[in-house]
Amino acid sequence: MNPFELLAEYFSYPFVCYALIVGVVTSLCASLFGVTLVLKRMSFIGDGLSHVAFGALAIASVLNLTQNLLIVLPVTVICAVLLLRVGQNTKIKGDAAIAMLSVGALAFGYLLLNIFSGSANLSGDVCSTLFGSASVLTLGRNQVVLCAVLSLAVLVVFVLCYNRLFAVTFDEDFARAGGVNTAAYNMLIAVIIAVVIVLAMNLVGSLLISALVIFPAISAMRLFGSFRAVTVCSAVISVFCAASGFVISMLAATPVGATIVAVNCVVFALCSVAGKIRRS
Amino acid sequence: MALITCKNLSLAYDSVNVAEDINFAVNKGEYVCVVGENGSGKTTLMRALLGLHKTKSGDITLGEGLKRNQIGYLPQQTPTQRDFPASVKEVVLSGFVGGMGLRPFYNKAERDRAEKVMERLELSDVQNRSYSELSGGQQQRVLLARALCATGKLLLLDEPAASLDNHIALKLYDIIEGLNKEDGIAVIMISHDVQSAVKYADKILHMGAKTVFYDKADYLASDDFKRLSAEKGAC
Ligand SMILES: Nc1ncnc2c1ncn2[C@@H]1O[C@H](COP(=O)(O)OP(=O)(O)OP(=O)(O)O)[C@@H](O)[C@H]1O
Ligand SMILES: [Mg+2]
Repeated sequence: MNPFELLAEYFSYPFVCYALIVGVVTSLCASLFGVTLVLKRMSFIGDGLSHVAFGALAIASVLNLTQNLLIVLPVTVICAVLLLRVGQNTKIKGDAAIAMLSVGALAFGYLLLNIFSGSANLSGDVCSTLFGSASVLTLGRNQVVLCAVLSLAVLVVFVLCYNRLFAVTFDEDFARAGGVNTAAYNMLIAVIIAVVIVLAMNLVGSLLISALVIFPAISAMRLFGSFRAVTVCSAVISVFCAASGFVISMLAATPVGATIVAVNCVVFALCSVAGKIRRS
Repeated sequence: MALITCKNLSLAYDSVNVAEDINFAVNKGEYVCVVGENGSGKTTLMRALLGLHKTKSGDITLGEGLKRNQIGYLPQQTPTQRDFPASVKEVVLSGFVGGMGLRPFYNKAERDRAEKVMERLELSDVQNRSYSELSGGQQQRVLLARALCATGKLLLLDEPAASLDNHIALKLYDIIEGLNKEDGIAVIMISHDVQSAVKYADKILHMGAKTVFYDKADYLASDDFKRLSAEKGAC
């Protein structure tokens, strides 16, 4: 079979299409807020949260919940709020606290799974929550709808808050002096990142999520010098990487998440070179 | 009534006092310079006027229909992030966010105003360039333009000419004087440069062991002025 026939056959299954849609849309959301996150030097929150999400997922699977989002989402959102508080507090070592919370969540998640899980293939399960594996193909219709609705909400919030997000990111003091509730916007950013991370967990697994948030933004920043151009460019890059990574993973029978992240890395390298050439 | 009035104002960080008993008023169209040694609390005062720093005691009252979010602010130069992707136009337009209420996007009037302001500050040619690529003087003009977008009445400028070459600093002072004299915008400017402070300002707020609000003529005759200008001359 040639690759096109193979792809045509794959895409004749609705669950493959669902997976592609979910993958592309969540990557898009991740990349949009990624720009702000990177510029506000809050990338660490994304990383910490992905580990927290893993711990929460472990709890959910131990409790045998079918709708594990019901527990993972609130737990991650609450931790996002906590991390933001801690990260802004200069009196205690914010970064150390975040490292503690994220590594702790990882350890307890694994312990829980080890002690309580009845699954015969424990290391396989753990591996797939950490790295995403095939779980993206087992998404049910409900999950796809939920994903789509949440992603749409994230997109709408981003568009409506775009100008204020820029102001808060560029100069928080000035925005606050002008009457913008900057604390609320910081909170909004943290909560949305939590939602995006939970959404993207099915796709790339919890260890690789930060890549979806950070890579497109950094790649775009190599090329462009205005906020709008960077935002649009990182959106384009993320969609391209998600779609092409997905297709490649099917053709080459590689893990979806890792392939998407690998494509992101390659694009970043290309953007860096292109940026260097442009500047010189 | 004055645009802004401070009465018995005290400033502190936690329990450490920075400045006490600050009394002054700025009227419509006035040009006031704030001078004093490093660490005397000038920036803290400005942040208090903007509502960014909680006052320890005393009152700040706004008059003449001035609202908190209608004050244009040019912060003391903080090293801006290198490579921050922001075009000049985006930075200037962001001056409007405080006044937009619930509206998510800039409207036509705001875009036109931004154009005018950029023209006035000779930024039209660089409006699509990246802010972080500009020279120090250009960057200060961009931040001044952003402050102008936020206000038509009162500018708070925190050492706008620090770290600029002499002739570029002079040019910036001229622009600010123009905004004050021609457009009638009141200016409160922190300055390290006492000589140019007394050249442009109508009144001087001297911050030090004691904070005193002088008319220009009184200030020129005061010990505070002699001490501060002698110090500057020495270095
Ligand atoms: N965030 C802070 N926490 C605690 N103390 C502070 C803080 N910021 C400033 N201070 C202290 O408050 C005092 C006043 O600081 P401020 O920045 O207002 O001085 P300034 O007059 O603007 O000085 P400069 O001329 O150097 O700009 C200083 O002694 C400083 O050490
Ligand atoms: Mg200062």
